[in-house]
Amino acid sequence: MKILCNGVERTLAPQTKLVDLLHDLGLEPDTVVAECDGVILRREAYDTHLLTDGSVLELIRFVGGG
Amino acid sequence: MLWVNERPQPFDAGMRLANLIAAVKPEADLFIVNGFPVVADTELRDGDHCWLIKRGEIPSSDEIDYLLHARHTPGVHARVRQASVGIMGLGGLGSAVALALARIGVGRMLLADFDLVEPTNLNRQHYFVDQIGMAKTDALRETIARVNPHLQIETVNERLTAKAIGRLFGAVDVLVECFDDAVMKAEALRVALTDLKGIGYVGASGVAGFGENNAIRTSRIAAKVYLVGDGESAAAPGQGLMAPRVGIAAHQQANQAVRILLGED
Repeated sequence: MKILCNGVERTLAPQTKLVDLLHDLGLEPDTVVAECDGVILRREAYDTHLLTDGSVLELIRFVGGG
Repeated sequence: MLWVNERPQPFDAGMRLANLIAAVKPEADLFIVNGFPVVADTELRDGDHCWLIKRGEIPSSDEIDYLLHARHTPGVHARVRQASVGIMGLGGLGSAVALALARIGVGRMLLADFDLVEPTNLNRQHYFVDQIGMAKTDALRETIARVNPHLQIETVNERLTAKAIGRLFGAVDVLVECFDDAVMKAEALRVALTDLKGIGYVGASGVAGFGENNAIRTSRIAAKVYLVGDGESAAAPGQGLMAPRVGIAAHQQANQAVRILLGED
């Protein structure tokens, strides 16, 4: 299946969870804000949220320091 | 017309500063005309800007209001004076944001941090050696009062959670995220985009080191929601946080907060 992640098309295995994609991208899930198809996901949902064909995902990754 | 301590006063030909001092502020002991110190026996000209100062005196709330009103674009001060801003985290970003907003007279601020002032903070945070060991909330409140003692400053001295953020900052006009911890930064933005939707928000990510100035950018995430930083430069061994670059980001945050307050989204 294909999704759009931050404007870039990606091909993923069916039944891919958001948390798996984040790990594949080398991102620590706790430091990422995710919007999937216009909905801001709660952190607890990352571990179970299944991405579907055509999902439009926006990710914002934070780095420490302030 | 003369301007005396920023307020208009009628001008009469031949007027000397001493006449003005006697009429407006007899206790003054320092006189400045058009930016230069002068003696009382100075002839005034139409349009002169005069400051009559009593050394050591703290200006009244009205006087500071007049000063800020005169310094800022018309209409700006009235709106800024009524504004309420929350700042989460009072480190290199938060302490600088708070002071920038205090200087322009933002009327109400809610400042949150759980930490104490440590010597290692002084390379970038607006604290002083005599404040080491104080709660950052108390130290910053003290410093803000030295800039403008008439602002309403509330403090929260606790480690924030997503739940607490939603509870504490629901009534501010703009919330500025100045956390150090990336996990809390993400948590706070999630709250801003859900429970606090509609409130202005300015976060930060990627402010460490001494990378290019112009890599620090302000990006719009959603209506009234912005992020400042290069998005990449994490605080890490070999890439510390330093006053100059953290300051660039902090002042972008502060200016963005002002822009939101003034309706420039």
